[in-house]
Amino acid sequence: MSLVSRLAEKSWETPGASPAVGGSDRPPAAKVVLVLYFGVAAVLFGLVTSAYLMRMGMPGMGHGEMGGWRPLAEPPLLWANTITLFLASFAWEAARISARRGRQAGIWAFSAGLLGIIFLIGQLMLWRELVAAGHGLRDDPAAAFFYLITALHGVHVLGGLYFWARALLGLGAGPGVALRIQLTATYWHFLLFVWLVMLGLFVAT
Amino acid sequence: MATIADDLTPLHHPKTWIGKYVWSQDHKVIAIQYAVTAVSVGILALVLSFLMRLQLGFPGEFQFIQPDNYLQFVTMHGMIMVVYLLTALLLGGFGNYLIPLMVGARDMVFPFVNMLSYWVYLLSVIVLVASLFVPGGPTGGGWTLYPPQTILEGTPGASWGIIMMMASLAIFIVAFTMGGLNYVTTVLQARTRGMTLMRMPCSVWGIFVASIMGLLAFPALFVAAVMTILDSVAGTSFFVPTIISMGEQTGHEGGSPILFQHLFWFFGHPEVYIVALPAFGIVSDLISVHARKNIFGYRMMVWAIVIIGALSFFVWAHHMYVSGMNPYFGFFFATSTLIIAIPTAIKVYNWLLTLYRGDIHLSVPMLFAIAFLFTFIHGGLSGLFLGNVSVDVPLSDTFFVIGHFHMVMGVSPILVIFGAIYHWYPKITGRMWNNTLARAHFWITFLGAYAIFLPMHYIGMLGVPRRYYALGETMFIPDSVHYANMGITIAAGFVFAAQFLFFTNMIWSLFRGPKADPNPWGAASLEWHTPDTPPAHGNWGDKLPTVYRWAYDYSVPGAPRDFVPQNEPPPAAGPGDVKP
Amino acid sequence: MYVAIGIALLVVGSILFHLFSPWWMTPIASNWGSIDTALEVTLYICAIAFIVLNLFMAWAIWRYRHRPGNVAHYEPENAKLEKRLTLWTGVGIAAMLAPGLIAWHEYVTVPDDAAIVEATGQQWQWAFRYPGPDGVLGAAEVAHINADNPFGIDPRDPYGRDDILIETNELHLPLGRPVKMVLRSKDVLHDFYVPQFRAKMDLVPGIVTYFWMTPTVAGSFDILCAELCGVGHHQMRGTVVVEQQADFDRWLAEQMTFGQVLAEAEARGVRLADAAPAARPSGRAAH
Repeated sequence: MSLVSRLAEKSWETPGASPAVGGSDRPPAAKVVLVLYFGVAAVLFGLVTSAYLMRMGMPGMGHGEMGGWRPLAEPPLLWANTITLFLASFAWEAARISARRGRQAGIWAFSAGLLGIIFLIGQLMLWRELVAAGHGLRDDPAAAFFYLITALHGVHVLGGLYFWARALLGLGAGPGVALRIQLTATYWHFLLFVWLVMLGLFVAT
Repeated sequence: MATIADDLTPLHHPKTWIGKYVWSQDHKVIAIQYAVTAVSVGILALVLSFLMRLQLGFPGEFQFIQPDNYLQFVTMHGMIMVVYLLTALLLGGFGNYLIPLMVGARDMVFPFVNMLSYWVYLLSVIVLVASLFVPGGPTGGGWTLYPPQTILEGTPGASWGIIMMMASLAIFIVAFTMGGLNYVTTVLQARTRGMTLMRMPCSVWGIFVASIMGLLAFPALFVAAVMTILDSVAGTSFFVPTIISMGEQTGHEGGSPILFQHLFWFFGHPEVYIVALPAFGIVSDLISVHARKNIFGYRMMVWAIVIIGALSFFVWAHHMYVSGMNPYFGFFFATSTLIIAIPTAIKVYNWLLTLYRGDIHLSVPMLFAIAFLFTFIHGGLSGLFLGNVSVDVPLSDTFFVIGHFHMVMGVSPILVIFGAIYHWYPKITGRMWNNTLARAHFWITFLGAYAIFLPMHYIGMLGVPRRYYALGETMFIPDSVHYANMGITIAAGFVFAAQFLFFTNMIWSLFRGPKADPNPWGAASLEWHTPDTPPAHGNWGDKLPTVYRWAYDYSVPGAPRDFVPQNEPPPAAGPGDVKP
Repeated sequence: MYVAIGIALLVVGSILFHLFSPWWMTPIASNWGSIDTALEVTLYICAIAFIVLNLFMAWAIWRYRHRPGNVAHYEPENAKLEKRLTLWTGVGIAAMLAPGLIAWHEYVTVPDDAAIVEATGQQWQWAFRYPGPDGVLGAAEVAHINADNPFGIDPRDPYGRDDILIETNELHLPLGRPVKMVLRSKDVLHDFYVPQFRAKMDLVPGIVTYFWMTPTVAGSFDILCAELCGVGHHQMRGTVVVEQQADFDRWLAEQMTFGQVLAEAEARGVRLADAAPAARPSGRAAH
């Protein structure tokens, strides 16, 4: 039944149980919660993006031209980190496919998490590099946004690592594993997606 | 993975007292923890509002209230009431208690996360209260916390207070997100057999939509809070342009104060409905049960909740008509704001039409519901003045605004909360409250609140600005306004005192109240048909209920009683004929 | 029972309060009668809704209160009635919105012949600036502010030399002439608010905001700050004196220009043009 027809139900006319509702056809709760959280995170990053554009001096917002805006520096490490996150996502995908086919997913899942850690370390190095190049928090609004956005994204990566650890610990634990790896992989794809959008924002402006 | 489990094994059954009542994963205990914490911090906010009233009613009489204290009272009162009391009580308290019971679930889908949500909320409250005791005191920037003011010397709490406030809000948002994800998922995933979406009571719908809105709106406040902390501590310039404070440039450059306002109200306006929608839902159920009549136009009521929820994300800048944003935005936001009045008006009509041709039992919950209708009609209509862009120009930042939003999102939801507490108290505690005390509480609160906020509209029309420590000498404010302020303060004193009747009644009845009937109001919805009163952990004994009808089968022609419980099978088909 | 009477009495009481309370809009002193009209239209439509809805509620409570033998009517919904109510609500809403939007269109459309006057806010006082004979305000920004240049006027901008500076809290305006109030803040948000003018607008640091109006009544009025700006918010007062053009011109001629300020400073050996930082293209005041 489509959502619209469900919301159009004249429920007073139909006394009697509807066996279809409450059956096992519902998706797993963890999956629902993940999708809901994607909504929350999308709003979060979407708002930071619009704040970034407004602060840049998007015309028509009535903000005038705000001073002190310089385009962000784009050191090579930025691209290296992006590739690392790509590889992490790729490894998660391999782990997901292996788990679904009932094969050993451990090695893929393990390396995926390691790549995530490398990404985080890379981001920290990028911060240090930018600060050393004179793009501190105070000096440069674009850089301040960069730190804010990478920090928010980094916290989400840390969350991903938490789920990674839980997936690794539960590897031998029976039928739930494939789902757990699948959901963790989906989450990491989402992290990559968010990062690519944010990267696009930095590069385009 | 089936989420409907008749067996109780997945639930975590604690053995110790601490496990049962402190580190509890039972949604009902968590609900009460939320409610007690929210009400406690709400009492603090109530005291602060009374201190404000003392200053306004009797300026200069109370030497301990200086301008900086006054602004701190204003700020903390507003923020606590809106976020830490109303949001936490309606969603964390009522949401937690009612959702699983009303949809026929054993608990929230993620009980551990639910528990965590409460403890993180408590942490946010502790940080908030701690800000009262840091050097410089809490922030006094108004609950809207507009920079650059909040982080500059001329505002109380500019060093510590504002950072504690922002940190507390960020923590609150983390707590709310954990809770909100749980409420939404529970409604989507854990409804029992036969509980279709359109068989859910309006209360669940209101809380459900409000939770989704909260999940999508609070990130804006989170971002604003983090950016303000950075502006204050790290010297970034997100919100602060080149300015001079205390005769010196602060070193900020190019930030946009209006950017903060956009972020704040992108949260702040949906927040109004995050508070209002659960109240709308709950009051629908109160009216229906006590008028012995189905809620009129149930489908329209549900759709209106959904439409209001969606539209409320497109009206935020009606708080900013005179903020200096591009004035052409005013056309769009005035139109969207007045459009949102249509589904809201439909809700009012349907409440009134539920009373029409009903069998109205004027029990205490019904009295509060009726009072809600009165104050909500008043507050809703005065909102049209402020939404109608050019009419807002003379009225913005005057007492009219205070009168309006207190009527519509202060008094109205709180009347619903009182009604709801009286309504569900017998289910929650298994005991009945004292009727005389409850009626006294009702009359003083209702009439007193109207006496407080009606004159404020008129003082605002005159042009008296809000957030003024003292009105001082002006050419346009007559002496009569000072008498009005005095009268309002006296009325506030009565309302303040009346709340002790409420607390006394609640606490006394908890121990001494007569044992309550499991379903004293003859309600049809599922929460009144638990095997135990108060419901035990797991709610439903050995077997989850099966739902056969909507939640509003009242006074059905031909039925033996004037209500038919949701879990009562239709007479034609015995329970054996229906396959679960 | 009592509650039905109570609701009815509250409706009557609210009407009486409206009719007899001494508090209503101050007598208007500007051209913004259209705002008052929009407000009155909104008021009357809302008052009708308030009275009808609440009296209906009071009647329904009284008429359908529980008595032995009273049975509620069973009617899940009535699509036709709900549609009709929606439609009429829509009509009422449109009737309120239209005058509101028309007035707003006027509000955001500044007449070409409007004189320009600048109000500057800082914690917790007002200052004002007139463009002088050239009719153009000199560029100004916070970065230029120092003890000799409290307005932050760019000393190198030739338009600024003849600007007339008022450092007291008293603003003078000529009667019957449209004026565009240009607003700047040095520190936090403020709001230029004269109740009798109806119009108001925030002062936002970093940008220049504005509104316009035509004073229509001679006399002096309070200027208040209507946006919380710190502990002194309630003391941030000013006065606006609306007077005949001739009186206004006489008053204006007595005030200091920025050129005179510069000359005085130079006489003391301070060259503002050198002391000030180079003007940036961003953040300039709108002319």
